[in-house]
Amino acid sequence: MANKVLMKGNEAIAEAAIIAGCRHYFGYPITPQTEIAAYMAKKMPKIGGTFLQAESEIAAINMVYGVASTGHRVMTSSSSPGISLKSEGLSYLAGADMPAFVVNVQRGGPGLGGIQPSQADYFQSTRGGGHGDYHMIVLAPASVEEMAALTVKGFELADEYRMTSMILADGTIGQMMEPVDLDGLKVNPAPEKPWATVGTDCKRFHNITNSLSLVPTELEQQNFDRYKKYDVIKEKEVMYEEYMMDDAEICIVAFGIASRVSKNAINEARKKGIKVGLIRPITLWPFPEKVLHDTVGKCHTYISVEMSMGQMIEDVKLSTECRGKYVLCNRAGGMIPSPEQVLAAIEEANKGGAK
Amino acid sequence: MVVFDKPHALADIPLHYCPGCTHGIVHRLVAEAIDELGIEGRTIGIAPVGCSVMAYDYFNCDMIEAAHGRAPAVATGVKRADPDRHIVFTYQGDGDLASIGMAETVHAAARNENITVIFINNAIYGMTGGQMAPTSLPGQVTQTSPYGRDTNHCGFPIRVCEMLSQVEGAGYLERVAVNNVKNVKNAKKAILKAFKNQVEGKGFSLVEVISSCPTNWGLTPKKALEWIDEKMIPYYPLGVYKDRAADEEAAK
Repeated sequence: MANKVLMKGNEAIAEAAIIAGCRHYFGYPITPQTEIAAYMAKKMPKIGGTFLQAESEIAAINMVYGVASTGHRVMTSSSSPGISLKSEGLSYLAGADMPAFVVNVQRGGPGLGGIQPSQADYFQSTRGGGHGDYHMIVLAPASVEEMAALTVKGFELADEYRMTSMILADGTIGQMMEPVDLDGLKVNPAPEKPWATVGTDCKRFHNITNSLSLVPTELEQQNFDRYKKYDVIKEKEVMYEEYMMDDAEICIVAFGIASRVSKNAINEARKKGIKVGLIRPITLWPFPEKVLHDTVGKCHTYISVEMSMGQMIEDVKLSTECRGKYVLCNRAGGMIPSPEQVLAAIEEANKGGAK
Repeated sequence: MVVFDKPHALADIPLHYCPGCTHGIVHRLVAEAIDELGIEGRTIGIAPVGCSVMAYDYFNCDMIEAAHGRAPAVATGVKRADPDRHIVFTYQGDGDLASIGMAETVHAAARNENITVIFINNAIYGMTGGQMAPTSLPGQVTQTSPYGRDTNHCGFPIRVCEMLSQVEGAGYLERVAVNNVKNVKNAKKAILKAFKNQVEGKGFSLVEVISSCPTNWGLTPKKALEWIDEKMIPYYPLGVYKDRAADEEAAK
């Protein structure tokens, strides 16, 4: 029988990371993700791990870079303004092909913004965030259970593809409590890491962790190779959930807490006979392009429900080649859309019909 | 009989440094220390951004290239990943360590991070073509202080060893120079000690090496070495600024 415990989303991430074999955590205090650091500060010393409060987010991500270079599973967590500071390090991790796991429990922005939940870092995370051509695998949990499961998955994907995976959550999922079955988490062992800088033992040529490449043809080739890897990820690692999409003529696209609000609205709309469904991206990068593209001709309207000024809606349009009508149903700055707001958008779209 | 040989830890390839630059000397001293302590197989070096950015090619131990100024944070991660095995050193210039990376430097010292920091102070940004550094002297002409460093406008050079000597966590701080044989011998002793401290778990050790940059100082290599005696050392006096282990020993 499943052994369920009641946990905050942030705590579920921390415990799942430990279950995934992470023994090194570096962070800097920021609301609304502080529970992760607090959990690690308590647990890590008791299991022979490292918890270290860094002097800044910049230092924390570079400590992550250091541990990642040695091949150990390692993580940091932060919230939006802190992720901006970590972006330099994220770019270096990408350039050096180092595996790392990063959590962003988003809050409203820009600037110092607020501390209420937001999804306004969609662009920042799905496009890379730092400088240069690169991506991170971006995972968007919609429940505490998924916070745990996607954390384990995040470590595995980071190791498999030698890159950063990021949980893009929001303050709501980070703070709310739900039952979670941690015993049910299965962890694949980390692969061999012959590239790790752990000392040569004077038995092999030295390993170098590096993102500098001054010969442009070589740097170009590295970019080509990295994007070939990204193509494999796009082919193999897309995750999404479909909800009532079989006969849907209106397609809601929403992730995280916005998807749960949307489901409530869909249930109400269905009672009124409106054929509406949900595609919930679980991986924001790679985006579920194919499943969205398959709806072209079946759905006349796409409603992007977002806690931002409309960021994911661009990927919805791209995936469907702008061949539908597009509606942004959003709140911003730390506000969450209500089921009534989403229902109103559905009803409005239903009036318009296919044209 | 071999009387002079390349240290094993130093790669047998040409260095890219300018004629008369003292990086080559300091690289050799670091490699000699690694050889003498027999730690090459478990040493991980961290290269900075600056002239020594490609130091990762010059040492035969495992190497990591860090973002500008972040080497002490990267070193912290590497050290903590396996503190009993890993010997970790950073090799940083003045812009890297004392400007953009000052926070990482001070906090690594404050934590008494058991790492070795080799700090090259040549009072200029070399790689980018000779801009004013945090350690450029008052009046010093650089590309970005073309009328000489005006302390009313851009403040005073930072004396890193003196500053860190006030940080409780720092274990060992010494300033040396490599502009003559006597100074090179002292520098060797200090660098060896900074590595030995780490092997013995004595904590954060930093050796500041007053170095020359003939290219960007606009001097011949010989004049540049003289300039160290005439200008640099009066502002940056050589010596031990902190040696906690020795202090504790003396207090017994």
